[in-house]
Amino acid sequence: MAAPMKIATPPIKSAESFRDDFTYSNSPQAIRRFPFPFHEDEYMYSVNIEPHNGGPVGSVYAPRFDIDEHYLSETEERRLVLEQDPGRCQVLPYMMEAQWDTLELLMESLAADYPQHFTLSKEGDRWTWENRPLGIRDSFVFGDPSTLPQEPFEYITRQVQGDFTLHGQRDNMLYMDGGMVTCQADWSLDFDLGMNWYEWHGPVPKAHQMGIFDRALKFLLNLQVERPVRRLNWTMTINPRMDTSPENYHKWGIDRSTVTPENAGEKAHLRVELQTLYRLPRSNAILFSIRCYLISMEELVTVPKWARRFPRVLRTLPDELAEYKGLIDYRPAVLEYLEQFDDGAETSPGTAPD
Amino acid sequence: MTGQANIPVRVARIEQITPMIRRFTLERSDGGTLPGFSGGSHVVVTMRGEERTHHNPYSLMGSPDDKQRYQISVRRDDDGRGGSLFMHQKVAEGDTLEVSPPTNLFALNPLAERHILIAGGIGITPFMAQLHELRRAGADYQMHYAFRDQENAAFRDELEAACGDRLTAYDGSAGQFVQPAQLLGEQPLGTHVYVCGPKGMIEAVNEAAFELGWADSHVHWEEFAAPPVGKPFRVVLQKSGMEITVPGASSVLEALEDAGLQPNCLCRGGVCGECETAVVEGEIEHNDHFLPDDVKQSNSRMMICVSRARSERVVLDL
Repeated sequence: MAAPMKIATPPIKSAESFRDDFTYSNSPQAIRRFPFPFHEDEYMYSVNIEPHNGGPVGSVYAPRFDIDEHYLSETEERRLVLEQDPGRCQVLPYMMEAQWDTLELLMESLAADYPQHFTLSKEGDRWTWENRPLGIRDSFVFGDPSTLPQEPFEYITRQVQGDFTLHGQRDNMLYMDGGMVTCQADWSLDFDLGMNWYEWHGPVPKAHQMGIFDRALKFLLNLQVERPVRRLNWTMTINPRMDTSPENYHKWGIDRSTVTPENAGEKAHLRVELQTLYRLPRSNAILFSIRCYLISMEELVTVPKWARRFPRVLRTLPDELAEYKGLIDYRPAVLEYLEQFDDGAETSPGTAPD
Repeated sequence: MTGQANIPVRVARIEQITPMIRRFTLERSDGGTLPGFSGGSHVVVTMRGEERTHHNPYSLMGSPDDKQRYQISVRRDDDGRGGSLFMHQKVAEGDTLEVSPPTNLFALNPLAERHILIAGGIGITPFMAQLHELRRAGADYQMHYAFRDQENAAFRDELEAACGDRLTAYDGSAGQFVQPAQLLGEQPLGTHVYVCGPKGMIEAVNEAAFELGWADSHVHWEEFAAPPVGKPFRVVLQKSGMEITVPGASSVLEALEDAGLQPNCLCRGGVCGECETAVVEGEIEHNDHFLPDDVKQSNSRMMICVSRARSERVVLDL
């Protein structure tokens, strides 16, 4: 790790789009705090789970749930996706306790980490929630779903960036028994709902043979309350499109055939998921938060270390994984664009900009 | 899961429940609230004695809604390794202890059509917390509680108040015993059974369920193994080259901790699987409830929190 440093958190922007005219972009401060996931110049497969217990002030790792300059853009995008496809939010009926656990965790975390934006006040079971960026002020009775405009899980996850899934634990197994999934990297909650750990991870190459899923499951079954963990995952997306769902494949799949070395800087994006896992106290379920960050190649190369390292990693990514991530066809065009920024110099250890 | 701070707690109240059982009410001593939990959870209590530090798992038995306090009950074991005696003899109201965050290895299955809870003696504690959940959910349940005699019928009044006619009590001194085959034989499909108590009771319930063709996934039991006392032996750590002696009254895990190491561990009762360690050489006396029988027979792995060596020396992949 580089020495701790102060990282600036830019203010919330007014809403930009993740579709049609794609007005989304990152400010220079947002680029600096992007969770660049590669520690070294070569691609390495690892589970890389670590405690989610903070990080440098201002970094995406510091708060429990990161709220950044794209807050209004991402909550608006979620609203649009749900308007067209309400099935993106589903929770099995037995999980009402986990819904309230989620609401409590998110409200308490946001109010503690962002007092300028969110306030939670409680008088016994009578709670009042204020979300100033979205202009929301609601009073409700904790535990009584009829006092909220939506069920508790949908209500609160509409107000937080990133996807969320809920996992019931029984018979030494985790089941995907709920979720709010509107900014996913090509998987479907509607398809996976009710599946167990091995079923929903079925398509991932290599990891099964390496025993990674056995070890990760055993680890998560013992996850403790108030001891969340995190890992990073990554892929690439063409255009800053949050909703790369199988349901909408007809809208974005074709984008992948439009990448050239000339437009890769603008069109190709590194997509990083900060994944955090929380044991929920009363329900004993697990909340999985998949917080998605998008950065264009043009933005990425403004950090010289990342401009050198990312093409080196991309080149060493095994074909099987490039195929799984859906980037095998346009990888040459992206590499051609990136390699003009790689002068071959050595890169420093760690992921942070120099 | 090591290296994360425990929670400091103050002993707010001690109650003598029966001649053998004390209930401890614990409150956070650094301000703030305790982590919430689900019924069936346990915490590992760290007791720093003069001669040694004890780490014992105890089920949380208070209401999961109460973040101000935890309650545990400790049965005095005069022949044990000293943790329960420490709690009974050394700990006074106002003292401080440390607890781990809660972990649940004995959770209710929320999809069950009916819950049959069977407790023997001190095994009643995890159910005390689960009963709160079952009542709140309006679930169909029965509580079957067996005890040695009236004097040892811990929490009977509280259970009667909570469960009403859903409680069936069995007084062993009056010849009353749980009849697992009959009890399980009467249940509808979709029933889950949960048992916590003496080894014989757990085995009898498991056997009855098996004979009746119940799915394993509908049979739940929890039995923390206390690390047994045995003969001392030598442990060689292959990776670090260290060699240490495990005393008769310590587990391998404790001996490693005394040597300044921090092996992975969580429940310290042979249940959670966190401390599973590869064995390079040596014969193992397995005392855990985690490893499958074929792995135990192969001597290839061991749970260092409760299992010991049969040979004079073992080599571990640590």
